[in-house]
Amino acid sequence: MLESRAGVIFVGGIGFFLFAFVSNVVVPVLMYKDQPEKTAEEMVNSNVMYQFVELSKRYEEPFRQAFGEPTEENCAQALRLGRSLFVGEGCFHCHSQFVRPVSNESMRYGKVSSSDEYQNELQRPVLFGTRRVGPDLSRQGGRHGNDWHAAHFYHPQSIVPESVMPQYPWFFDGSPDKPNRRGIAMMTYMQWLGSWLDSYPYYEELDSIKSEGF
Amino acid sequence: MTSSKTVQTDIPRHEDIVDERLVRWFFYASLVYMGISMLGGLLMAAQLVHWYPIQNIEFLSAGRWRMIHTNAVAYGFIANAFLGMLHWVVPRLTLHRVASVWLSYFIFFAWQVIVLSTAGGIIFGPAFQSQDWVMEAARNLHISMNLGAQGLEWGETPFWIDPVALLGLALVAFNFLVPISKAKGSLYVTLWYFMAAFVWTFLTYAMGNFLPEYALAGSSAGAVGGLFIHDLVGLFVTPLGWGLMYYLVPIILKKPIWSHGLSLVGFWGLAFFYPLQGIHHFLYTPIPMFLQYGAVISTIAVEFVVATVVINFFGTIWGDSRMAFKNLPIRWFYTGIVYYFITCFQCALQVTLTFQKLIHFTDWVVGHAHLVMFGVFSQWIFGMMTYLIPRLLKKDWYSNRLCEWHYWCSAVGVFVMFLDLTLAGLFQGYYWAALQPWEVGLNGSQPFWITRIFAGLAMFFGFLCFVYNLVMTMRKGESNATATATA
Repeated sequence: MLESRAGVIFVGGIGFFLFAFVSNVVVPVLMYKDQPEKTAEEMVNSNVMYQFVELSKRYEEPFRQAFGEPTEENCAQALRLGRSLFVGEGCFHCHSQFVRPVSNESMRYGKVSSSDEYQNELQRPVLFGTRRVGPDLSRQGGRHGNDWHAAHFYHPQSIVPESVMPQYPWFFDGSPDKPNRRGIAMMTYMQWLGSWLDSYPYYEELDSIKSEGF
Repeated sequence: MTSSKTVQTDIPRHEDIVDERLVRWFFYASLVYMGISMLGGLLMAAQLVHWYPIQNIEFLSAGRWRMIHTNAVAYGFIANAFLGMLHWVVPRLTLHRVASVWLSYFIFFAWQVIVLSTAGGIIFGPAFQSQDWVMEAARNLHISMNLGAQGLEWGETPFWIDPVALLGLALVAFNFLVPISKAKGSLYVTLWYFMAAFVWTFLTYAMGNFLPEYALAGSSAGAVGGLFIHDLVGLFVTPLGWGLMYYLVPIILKKPIWSHGLSLVGFWGLAFFYPLQGIHHFLYTPIPMFLQYGAVISTIAVEFVVATVVINFFGTIWGDSRMAFKNLPIRWFYTGIVYYFITCFQCALQVTLTFQKLIHFTDWVVGHAHLVMFGVFSQWIFGMMTYLIPRLLKKDWYSNRLCEWHYWCSAVGVFVMFLDLTLAGLFQGYYWAALQPWEVGLNGSQPFWITRIFAGLAMFFGFLCFVYNLVMTMRKGESNATATATA
């Protein structure tokens, strides 16, 4: 068996692969089968809607051209597009989306990640990430205002001089106060991250929370 | 090897079973992608040290070219070079042609289309992502309609290429399994690795590029993702690479592999333990903890297997160690083997939860990846090309000195990069754990990132020496008698 064609192909090739598949894939799938996958529409919540409406007021004309009215349905569409761009631009190679229970990460970012947070359409495939050139983003929503994000996407170094993030002027029509559909979708997606948690901070409130030493 | 004097009538001639033009074409294609990939890597490295000037052109965005960098190496350089080698090695080991030479040429062109469309998709796809019809389709199908990269490391291949690539892999497997099935007598180690690799690569690609995108979500998809990242290196690149080592090292040293028993241990150990480790890429995630422990234990187990393989190769060269200095291909191979041992030893440490706490998400991992993909497999491939190109072109190298430059720039460059990034990873890990502001970690990384770009430039310079040497060898006039006589 050890040196025969059938042994190598069926035992080593297919058999061992299937054994690993069962133990590494089928087992976790069975363990999470009671958590149904949510759609993007179901992931829209009041926190992200607050930000979506804020975007529609701040960038009135660009927003109307990109998404029309700030409805929940349009918000779900913006989240889908935002996620696609987050992947397509390679953001997930420099920004992880999970907070580990070690290395003081919960002090920097917030609540340690749990599996229920990932059972949704906007995490398919899941964006855990493997490298942090920039910080983790899974608790990013609400930490900065939309104006901050617009300026930061347009020219990160204008806000954080040390930043090594590439600039994304193609999210805008010429200047940071004119985000296009891609820009608004990216900002909505950023504000969505962590919006399902009770601890969602609003930018305006963040300073007061910090001074109270939460 | 075909010995010219005592050819028996039933052994086919080399010319009748190996299509050398095909081998050359695969090599040339692989070198083009290596050049592209290195440019992408340099571009991302320049971005990190604020030296990248072209920020306004969407299609030159460092984020997208970072994915070109990895995909061009895996699917462009390594896959093409291995396909070229397989067209040389499999017929010579089995004494049969591939199933169909016509099919081989079809695979050649199809594979270039696949790699180029992947690159095109990654670069241009996101620009069309905001079109109405794309967004409508995403809403109705509830899948991420990524025209560009997909959200899985090493599996960025756009979704419309995945089925084609899978079909291509099936054709490759068929094309080579036919001659292997015709071979008489017991099979050599190399062919065990190849057969397993054909099965594994197909299964791995099918698993990674379809399940997490269409069927699974959440933590269990993360488990598949980890398995895919890992299997692509472990079940596609590694078995083909070691199979080729088992073939080429004894031929060049003109003596058999030291221990057949250890070859068996190495192959079956790899086959059993390697597929079990995927989750070690995502330790401390919400994936169930007992699965994470299992991945850690099987990873440490495979390092013992690796030790047996490395011992076997050092047993083989025992008594002939001067060859590692005199003979350039052997030097490439054994440098790769030493680097392989270093990466695997490093892996046994870094896979533990203790190390992960500190070094996960840092440049430590990037250094590890470069030592594996460049230091081991790319260097093996350069060694194979250094060995085979004079035989394919029937000429000596234009310049042996340029071959030496290529070796030293690559071997030293990648090792400097590895040490530099490993150290950078430790610094980053401590900055983060100490809750320093993010900018402090960035500033602290700059010296390492600047060192890294110069290490990368050295590797690129070595590669340019090799390409220049190759072009000059091709243009060199008359064939040199010494090369053909030793072929």
